[in-house]
Amino acid sequence: MKTRLLILLLILLPLSVPAQTPEERGLEIAREADRRDTGWGDMQATLEMILRNRRGDESRRQIRSRALEVEGDGDKTLIVFDSPADVKGTAFLSYTHATRPDDQWLYLPALRRVKRISSANKSGPFMGSEFAYEDISSQELEKYTYRYLREEVVDGRKTFVIERIPQYAHSGYTRQIVWIDQEMYQPLKVEFYDRKNSLLKTLTYHDYRQYLDRYWRPARMEMVNHQTGKSTTLLWKDYRFRTGLRPRDFDRNALKRAR
Amino acid sequence: MGMSRSTGRLAVLALLLALAPAVGAARSEWSGNISLEYRAFVQPPLDPRQHGDNLSGAFEPRWFYESDDGRDSLLFEGFVREDQGDAQRSHADLRELLWERVGEDWELRVGIGKIFWGVTESQHLVDIINQTDLVENFDREDKLGQPMVNLSLVRDWGTLDIFVLPGFRERTFPGVAGRFRGSLPVSTGEARYESADGDRHVDYALRWSRSIGDWDLGLSWFRGTGRDPDLLFAGDRFIPFYPQIEQLGVDAQATLDSWLWKLEVIHRRGQGAAYWAATGGFEYTLYDVGGTGLDVGMLAEYLYDERGRAAPTPFDDDVLAGVRLAFNDEQSSEILFGLIQDLNGDGQVINLEASRRLGERFRLEVEARWFRDTRAGSLVDSLRADDYMQATLGWYF
Repeated sequence: MKTRLLILLLILLPLSVPAQTPEERGLEIAREADRRDTGWGDMQATLEMILRNRRGDESRRQIRSRALEVEGDGDKTLIVFDSPADVKGTAFLSYTHATRPDDQWLYLPALRRVKRISSANKSGPFMGSEFAYEDISSQELEKYTYRYLREEVVDGRKTFVIERIPQYAHSGYTRQIVWIDQEMYQPLKVEFYDRKNSLLKTLTYHDYRQYLDRYWRPARMEMVNHQTGKSTTLLWKDYRFRTGLRPRDFDRNALKRAR
Repeated sequence: MGMSRSTGRLAVLALLLALAPAVGAARSEWSGNISLEYRAFVQPPLDPRQHGDNLSGAFEPRWFYESDDGRDSLLFEGFVREDQGDAQRSHADLRELLWERVGEDWELRVGIGKIFWGVTESQHLVDIINQTDLVENFDREDKLGQPMVNLSLVRDWGTLDIFVLPGFRERTFPGVAGRFRGSLPVSTGEARYESADGDRHVDYALRWSRSIGDWDLGLSWFRGTGRDPDLLFAGDRFIPFYPQIEQLGVDAQATLDSWLWKLEVIHRRGQGAAYWAATGGFEYTLYDVGGTGLDVGMLAEYLYDERGRAAPTPFDDDVLAGVRLAFNDEQSSEILFGLIQDLNGDGQVINLEASRRLGERFRLEVEARWFRDTRAGSLVDSLRADDYMQATLGWYF
């Protein structure tokens, strides 16, 4: 009798376990995406940023970027501006952290001055573009809470649609909706909702290529601001991984040497 | 610096440039800017020999070479200005001619270079390595190149910079026809030194710096020829006198969310009685106000010099209040407005700076300064007839 009861319970047990909540599912997908994008070590790339106003007038920025994965913490990144000519040599260093404010420094070449700056500037435009500082900084898992919404097909590819809510202070967004490619576990599209919960911007990722047989990186990102009609294209060129960068290449002296 | 020394250095530069292709260069690049500056003065000058509205032009070329492995670099920065009204403001300088080698946990720089130390905005007390190119702008932001051998040791406990500074640069001053010189000109040709070695005296400096959490700290020490000359009264002119000094400096910044707290303190011996001076304050910024992208920064600093009224600086007991607007637009537009008030009634300096990019290669900078309510005999008072507005158009390449 007890044995049969036990067997009955064991059969019924899976049915009584509560189904995974949307929050758990969302976190699981985000965690898997993060896991698949870990281990690249260090990275360098050249970026071209094309700013477009409502009328379609364009202006361009050339930037070089390098990044270093840090175990147990967020990435270190160093960005140098190559153009416009009057800001050439200006450089920006960031030590990203998951749950505490990032450490950031700015280098002004004319004065040879390294300035520690506040990382509270999250929602402000980066170099006058439609990308905010929070959009371009390293995305750590703990910076958001997640909620699974549904599955959807985008441009012939199956995606998971996740809502994520920034947990850090000073964000310009109440929430974001992310379409994550089910094969690559990389975003194809992100919608940004402003402080009034209106749709502010849409970011789309294009021309993904795989590096080191594992890591997917887009060659092109398009950010459109629906409220102002302005847009920015980000072209990523010349991705190089594991070139031997070390923490030394991301210290304050390295900022001064970034030419 | 003598002409022969400059020529010698230029020869070295030419040789290096000739060698560069042979070395199989990884990267080398020319850059720089050419600018036109127009200054308009509100009042006539105190001395009829001083010029009125004035035009000048400057050329600032830069070149660098970086080796394949990034370990060796050669850096060059030159400067030349041609001034319409003040012959002494027409000047040239080798700002930088430096070889830099980067090691595993050390860096070595040899040649002529420019080093910046400090965190405050109103003035830079601890920044002692480079001499001020005062004739460029009396705000002391422009510096002359400094010969140096600099070893940086990069360790877990911080970075230690060791400087050997062979050779001294004298401060540039406006000439008889120049503005911002007070009632009497400074006779730079008659400069005197406490040390018998004059401008060939070898000076030394050390600095420890480290970033710990929200704090950026620096401790510095300097011994050698003081960069700030005493101005000795000689009837119809001042004669600069360079004493031997020893200076200790502390600089600290705490970056706490939207607040930056800054402090610089120095203690100097050898230039009159030993004295303290300090600058401290904060900068608080509201980012992306109303989602417009505009950043509004509020600054306040207190400036103190123990020597008080006897100090050769106007900033003995003063407060700076300022606002910085950064538009974060495509043209990188910025406005800085500041007011320095002397708490003992010596006067007020109002400062307005604005700049924006024009097109892809031009930058327009506008600057205006007013000296108000100055007390007769105070240092600010000597500038009371020099209220001005300035526009600089720069072409960058």
